[in-house]
Amino acid sequence: MHATALRNGPSPVPAPIDSIVEVRGLSKTYGNVEALRGIDLDFPRGKLTSLLGPSGCGKTTLLKIIAGLIKADGGTVAINGKRVSAPGPERAFVFQDFALMPWATVTRNVAFGLELRGTNKAEREETAHRYIAEVGLAGFEDKYPHELSGGMRQRVGLARALSVDADVLLLDEPFSAVDEQNRRKFQEDLIRLRTNQNKTFIFVTHSIEEAVYISDRIVLLSPRPGRVSQIIEPQIDRSGDPERIHRDRHYLDTVEEIWQGLKQYVE
Amino acid sequence: MTLFGYRIPMMASLLVWCVVWEIVGRLDLVFLLPPFSDVLIAAVDLVQTPSWQTATVTTLRAFAMGMALSIVIGVPLGILMGRFKIADDLLGMWVNIFSSAPLSAIVPVLMILFGFGEKTIVAAVFLFAIWIIVLDARAGVRHISPSLIEMARSYGASRPALYTKIILWAALPEILAGIRLGLIRGVKGVVIGQLLVAIVGYGALFETFSRNFRMAEFWALTIILFAFALVIAELIERAEAKVEYYAGARQ
Repeated sequence: MHATALRNGPSPVPAPIDSIVEVRGLSKTYGNVEALRGIDLDFPRGKLTSLLGPSGCGKTTLLKIIAGLIKADGGTVAINGKRVSAPGPERAFVFQDFALMPWATVTRNVAFGLELRGTNKAEREETAHRYIAEVGLAGFEDKYPHELSGGMRQRVGLARALSVDADVLLLDEPFSAVDEQNRRKFQEDLIRLRTNQNKTFIFVTHSIEEAVYISDRIVLLSPRPGRVSQIIEPQIDRSGDPERIHRDRHYLDTVEEIWQGLKQYVE
Repeated sequence: MTLFGYRIPMMASLLVWCVVWEIVGRLDLVFLLPPFSDVLIAAVDLVQTPSWQTATVTTLRAFAMGMALSIVIGVPLGILMGRFKIADDLLGMWVNIFSSAPLSAIVPVLMILFGFGEKTIVAAVFLFAIWIIVLDARAGVRHISPSLIEMARSYGASRPALYTKIILWAALPEILAGIRLGLIRGVKGVVIGQLLVAIVGYGALFETFSRNFRMAEFWALTIILFAFALVIAELIERAEAKVEYYAGARQ
């Protein structure tokens, strides 16, 4: 089956059967720049949804509003049916620039979410070590962030987000500060992680290839003001060798289709 | 430094100047400058006198109290100014004025306020040291990456946790640099304070030595003070080097 465009235009989407995050009528203005206008979105449970669009389309703003880090001017965000306006334990954030504490070891960085919750030291370190191994950093527990490469630092950021056992993982262009080879490896790992961990991922990216490669669902945002222009569900089989996806016909067609749609916003 | 192909250690230049001092002193050109060897002998004698020992205790105590006050008040004030625009707007002007003002001129006013005693010296140390501590703590907080603060918030940090677990640590390299510079200024403060009050600690000693033209002892005391300031700065610099490993790694 070919990639399906579900809808066009900004009219509300019929809610999927089980959506964990519901965004209704969200708007945000910075000074006199309208960053977001009337965003209605549902994020299905257990899926990876990408927010994709050119710079200035407000995708990071949208993600940070869902995270509770930025206040919206209008509209609501509900997680598991409950309205939220501040950060909460059911969401965990992965930052573009990693946001690691340079004075703390990998273990303490990964365990920081649990430390803030008051989990005792032995327990939180055990959890941290488990997730450090999960993201492939076993043996680096006592290193400091500056002793790690960019890709490894972001793995620490990911392990930190996993260790608080949140339902929703919010990733803000997590691979943009990572070099190309590491990014490929990281994307493959993320696909594997998704099948192991029963979590919902919301992923901000400006890379079409990256979005199509990893996403169950892609929300295309158009710039100035940021609005939902299209929702695409690439039908790609990710069960086999992740290397193969790059040569998959559906993958290539979907990338092309999205590029044709986004072209108009590029000068 | 190399000379005729030989590597010369750093301290060598100091030795050269000591030799020059010795020669000039022996030539008896200026009576203000006794030979360096006399000064060294005077220093050894001086540190054994009870008057020097009491003066040192008094001076160190005033210095320690003044520094403790300026760190305890200066660091939080700087953090406050770095975090809140209103605090910065209210205090920024004064901190900047005081950090570059000729503070020696204010010490006589301190004498009127605090009397001819230790309190004035403590106040002088405080007045000399605090401003650079405030400014550096403020700069440190300003340089914290916003995403680190967002990280703490998104993982549910309470307000106290945000300050004690993130802000204080992230600004630590600048805070320590401020404290080191503050200590050096504090030494200035203690000396100027004591010289003006002239009946406390080293001030009294300096007064005695220069009144009676006991130049060897005068210089010995000066050298002891310089050495003290240098040692303190060196110690703090070592502490700074320990946090350097992450200061360089910050984004």
